Amino acid sequence: MSRVAVLKGGTSLEREVSLRSGTNVEAALRRLGHEVLPMDADQHLVRHLREERPDVAFVALHGRGGEDGTVQEILEILQIPYTGSGVLASERAMDKVVSKALFRAAGVQVPHGYAFSKEAFSRMGAADTLPDIQQTLGLPLCVKPARQGSALGISMVKEPGDLAAAILNAMGYDDRVLVERFVPGRELAVSVVMAKQPWALPVVEAVPLGHDFYDFEARYTPGETELRPPRDVEDDIIQEAARVSILAAETLGCRGIARVDLILDDEGRLWVLEINTIPGMTDTSLLPKAAEIAGLGFDRVVADMLALAALDV
Amino acid sequence: MSTHDVTDNPSTGTPVPPQTPLVGPADAARYDSRFSLLASGATSSAMRDLMAITEQADVISLAGGLPDTEAFPRAIFDDIASDIGADYLASSLQYGPTDGMRELREAIVGIMAHEGAHARADDILITSGGQQAIDLSIRTFVNRGDTVLAEGPTYPGAVPCFTAYGADVTHVPLDDDGMRVDLLEEAYARLAGEGRVPKIVYTIPNFQNPAGVTMSLPRRHRLVEFAHANGLIIIEDNPYGQIRFEGEALPTLYELDDGAGWVVYLSTFSKILAPGIRVGWAVAPPQVLRKLNLGKQAADLCSSTMTQRFVTEYLKRHDYREHVARLNAIYLRRRDVMLGALEARFPEGATWTRPRGGLFVWATLPDFIDTKALQAKALERQVAFVPGEAAFLDGSGTSSMRLNFSGVSEALITEGIGRLGEVIAEFCTLHDALNPGRA
Repeated sequence: MSRVAVLKGGTSLEREVSLRSGTNVEAALRRLGHEVLPMDADQHLVRHLREERPDVAFVALHGRGGEDGTVQEILEILQIPYTGSGVLASERAMDKVVSKALFRAAGVQVPHGYAFSKEAFSRMGAADTLPDIQQTLGLPLCVKPARQGSALGISMVKEPGDLAAAILNAMGYDDRVLVERFVPGRELAVSVVMAKQPWALPVVEAVPLGHDFYDFEARYTPGETELRPPRDVEDDIIQEAARVSILAAETLGCRGIARVDLILDDEGRLWVLEINTIPGMTDTSLLPKAAEIAGLGFDRVVADMLALAALDV
Repeated sequence: MSTHDVTDNPSTGTPVPPQTPLVGPADAARYDSRFSLLASGATSSAMRDLMAITEQADVISLAGGLPDTEAFPRAIFDDIASDIGADYLASSLQYGPTDGMRELREAIVGIMAHEGAHARADDILITSGGQQAIDLSIRTFVNRGDTVLAEGPTYPGAVPCFTAYGADVTHVPLDDDGMRVDLLEEAYARLAGEGRVPKIVYTIPNFQNPAGVTMSLPRRHRLVEFAHANGLIIIEDNPYGQIRFEGEALPTLYELDDGAGWVVYLSTFSKILAPGIRVGWAVAPPQVLRKLNLGKQAADLCSSTMTQRFVTEYLKRHDYREHVARLNAIYLRRRDVMLGALEARFPEGATWTRPRGGLFVWATLPDFIDTKALQAKALERQVAFVPGEAAFLDGSGTSSMRLNFSGVSEALITEGIGRLGEVIAEFCTLHDALNPGRA
């Protein structure tokens, strides 16, 4: 039995999701027999950690501050082992621009795209490149804030004139945005366990309800998707999804359990969209679903995450 | 397993078991297949998650709709509370009639008369806040899929009621003179032509939430006449009518209906006394009142007899209009500070309403600004408002925002609007850079 601090909440835009994840994790840890110290990641966090001296920190934070290396660095300084990825891997995964570049270099297939910082527009006249981008990538385009975990700020551009507006909108959520080709296809999620010998949990497909195909709205509208094992997908594609996902997680140097989001297009090709180093643990999240399909259960996954807790240095 | 730890509940010293939910995420499906349509309709949204962050202590929140509760005199509260203990203890600890306490309903007749509305105590149902009056009236009239008319923007707190009962809401635009009744007539004709005849129109004629505007007298007449001619039920929500800083009160739609029975009138003590007492009311023709009453029986049997007694005793001994005058003086100063700050700090191209009462200003920014994105950015500067989308059921309002002036000090209003102005300026600069041809 350990004393486990569960770090949740915080001030990111995903605070509410994090609180839901944290509540589930705390219940599992108690069932596993651990002493649980719930901690909101607010301005008193460091003081609380010093006072409580937990054996290990379970990081159930999502988004900025909790998933981007910030809280991980604090835990390194305090020398408290923590779940999930270390400082560098967290930073790499949080920034979709950086992770995309690393994926491509490692031979992981990603949708073609370009990134812009605010300065590119305000100081270098990058607006003039927008027609080139549309020429190169075609339509529709997907515009995302580079460092934003939830679907907030993401929009699809179907008309040529809408790209500037979509970029402006995304810049509300981050000073850097990613413009990429929208790949239509089936949405798969692979949760990978980065043990000495990495392995993957069963693939989960997010299936839109009441939509003909998995379009953008369905992908990002809550309550409109069913999570289940993919049907009518050949086993070699499933195996390939697992292989690519482990490769992607290794490329960034992820630890613990990470979730890789992919698209399976109509021609059977897999495209990696992003890695979540702190997968959601809410009732409707993908990782708990994968654990259920695998017959492992939620508690076993939490136990594995805890067992893989570590420090970079 | 060590689920046998016992912690002390600090308030009572009674040992309580640690909270160890036995139900985990894997059990979610168990409930999903069993939830009612009504509950399934109420899903969580990005907007709700976004607004939850605004509730943190260090955020200047212009997002709330909170009346000032610090102006209520402590001595008055103490007197009444102590007299309730002496004279009405048993009855104010007991259930009461679903309709509400008779004395209170009679007092409400007097309050409505101050706004020129003539109701009978028998036609009044006491509710648990104005919100329950809205909920009851929508569920009394609306079947899933029924067409409902409402101002665009409409009260954000009514949106979950419309959603829960499956109302198909068509918004009617408003301007400085309130709801555009001419456009309501057009919408009604169009919808009727499609076989979707609207049953009810929900409106806040005075100092509308969120827009702050007031329906003009000619439009009030026209709306009531239209309702009479077409058999349209008007839900008149009037929480703010007496929170007036300027001008004369206009007749309520209820009064203009002149007993014809096409208006269901809703109001509350939340703004003229205090929201924590949760006492509101509905006025309706007997046939409708019976249905509201049955709905209330199912919901909560009766509103708190203790706070009904409190309000009744307060109204017996004091002129509530003195308290309203105190509040209005505070709000007027805050409104002026907000309007001044908007003038000074909001950019060219932004527009906003100049409410003559109520709690809110509605601002509309250049259309390239999405106020949800703006809210995300503004939270970095610790300031919050309600993005306009929250006041629509059809996804519009994306460039607008609701700003509350009643619940924030003058200094914080100035600071908050100043920060918002800076964030908006950043968006404008970036927009110009993104659209060099149009700058």
